[in-house]
Amino acid sequence: MERPRLRIAWLYPEYTSRYGDRGNIIVLVQRARWRGLEPEVVQVGLGQRADFHQFDLVHFGGGQDRELEIVAEDFLKVKGSSLGEAIREGLPVLAVCGGFQMLGSHFRTPEGETLRCSGILDLWTESSDQRMTGNVIIESDLWGKPRTVVGFENHSGRTYLGRGLKPLGRVLRGHGNNSRDRMEGVVFKNCVGTYLHGPVLPKNPHLADWLLMRAVQRRYGDQVPFPPVNDELEERAHRAILQRFGPH
Amino acid sequence: MHLRTLLAIWTGKGVLATTRLVGRGGTSLPGAVARRLAPDVLRELSRQPRHGVITITGTNGKTTTAKMLSAMCEAAGWPVTHNRAGANLISGLTTAFLQSASWTGRVGGAVALLEVDEATMPRACEEIRPRAAVVTNFFPDQLDRFGELDRTVNFVGRGLEFLARGAKVALNADDPNCAALGARGSFTPLYYGLQDVSVGQGEVSQAADTKRCVQCGTAYEYEVCYYEHLGKYSCPRCGHRRPQPAVYADRIWQMDSRGTNLHVVTPAGDFEVRLQIPGLYNVYNALAAAAGAIALGLPLEAIRKGLEKTTSQFGRMERIRLADRNVFMALVKNAAGFNSVLQTVMQAEGEKNLVICLNDLEADGTDISWLWDVDFESLASRQEEIRFVICSGLRAEDMAVRLKYAGLDLAKLTVTADLGEALDQGLERVQPGGILYILPTYTAMLQMRGIIEKRGHARKYWEV
Repeated sequence: MERPRLRIAWLYPEYTSRYGDRGNIIVLVQRARWRGLEPEVVQVGLGQRADFHQFDLVHFGGGQDRELEIVAEDFLKVKGSSLGEAIREGLPVLAVCGGFQMLGSHFRTPEGETLRCSGILDLWTESSDQRMTGNVIIESDLWGKPRTVVGFENHSGRTYLGRGLKPLGRVLRGHGNNSRDRMEGVVFKNCVGTYLHGPVLPKNPHLADWLLMRAVQRRYGDQVPFPPVNDELEERAHRAILQRFGPH
Repeated sequence: MHLRTLLAIWTGKGVLATTRLVGRGGTSLPGAVARRLAPDVLRELSRQPRHGVITITGTNGKTTTAKMLSAMCEAAGWPVTHNRAGANLISGLTTAFLQSASWTGRVGGAVALLEVDEATMPRACEEIRPRAAVVTNFFPDQLDRFGELDRTVNFVGRGLEFLARGAKVALNADDPNCAALGARGSFTPLYYGLQDVSVGQGEVSQAADTKRCVQCGTAYEYEVCYYEHLGKYSCPRCGHRRPQPAVYADRIWQMDSRGTNLHVVTPAGDFEVRLQIPGLYNVYNALAAAAGAIALGLPLEAIRKGLEKTTSQFGRMERIRLADRNVFMALVKNAAGFNSVLQTVMQAEGEKNLVICLNDLEADGTDISWLWDVDFESLASRQEEIRFVICSGLRAEDMAVRLKYAGLDLAKLTVTADLGEALDQGLERVQPGGILYILPTYTAMLQMRGIIEKRGHARKYWEV
């Protein structure tokens, strides 16, 4: 029997292969395979148009600050409206750092200029002269009961959520979106935005599965099962971070 | 040339091509086959190089010294015949000549540089009759019983008796056993050593057999000790003392993790040079190579250039001998460096036993996300060659997760956060004679060195 396929879009791989965010792709692919799925990763680079209705899951990472403008312009021009539509229809998306910022309405540069972004979500970012770097632990309600998500942040932009938006979690350790309101990331339908690198998925298999499970359900309903897998190592790595950096 | 020899050369080269084709190292088999057909094949081929053959032997530093010598010959425009590291037994030496010989049996090298295993020295020298030799040092192994070292020294001494008439031998003046070889045989000794007390160690640890007089067994008195038992020694009882070196470094400065500056004095003149590989042991290797080059008659400028150009192809790989296990330690600090270390490890022959030590302190970089940019997938794709991987350090679990996602069989994967325990487990699980590869980040490397030294079996590495 043919294995059920899963199409994953990897946005701007040429700009997001830093900070190891490629690891998120590796994790999504492997965890899909372990469930008997046939994942297919499609790289969607600068200048490439894409119809996001064709995809089951999207990874949108962000490069370094100085590349932001290039990516922002391209995203606005070529991809933003299609992705926005798909997100509103429930497409699972993981947007990290720059990708997270670009889902918002605008970005205020250090020079005081306002860079218009896609406006898919009601959030915005202001540059700051504070570099927010280090290990992060947050507590999230994504799973009904509170669970921790761990990662490593490295950003100077401060992101603020509009009133109707929920964060991915509350900051227990680290800076989070802006180092002020103790919020980290964003969740809207099946789209998750976050500042967490690390990369974020390897040590948070529950977050990877949250995305994957929604991707499978959207495409196959209940026809394709999504059984649990052994996450002993991943959970050990997760716990190690809680023990070393968690609030005591 | 005898037809039989030519036939052996053809056969040997055929085997060489075949082993290469199937991707095996093929370092000793071609030589062994050729020797079967024509036992004199090495004897005949080794007569050809215009500037003769130089053998490099000793416990530590053979490979680096040979590499430096090779760079010097290159700088002088001498084509070199050279055996690859590890293939230093008689069949490996033969293979080196087969490799460099044409199908008509002409050897390409103007000079042959041969790294020779100590125990192979008598046989190799009897067949080859080298015009020059370099002896690096004699370090005892941990498990060596009393007398083992003497046997090793004797092998080398017997080999040196077979050198060509008028041969010159570069000997380490600072190593008593090595220097004492100068009194054996009819060759001209050319001593080399350190002459800069500022790089000496404060204290001399006692009790080592290597620090007892080679003539009467009394403990040497050290005016200065540079490295383990190497230094300026003299026997208070019989008066045996370090000979005055003819090739020496009298000023050493700017020793850092990338290299060392030194001022080298030789009978042919002096020069300053910056070595591109770190460590005092590499200063010794440089002096050994320089003395060997003087013995071969290389011009001074070629010697300096060769030293300057020699870099470590392994990054910073150290070789340590622990008990009867070989340990290679190589720093990994970023994705590119890790990739090249992995390539080096996978190129080596034999089963791969790895301990990866990942720390995330300031000096390592607190963000370890670069691990996901390292190509562990190609490591995992050859996992039948991997016996085990032990993940250690503050981020041991992260490392293990990375390898799991790369596709490594979980049965081969162990997480042992404590570095000392990881080392012990690794040593325990390596087969005798096998190699344990330790790949630490910066602070993990410092800790690991400390652990190794504390355990007392620090035969500090040597090969870079």
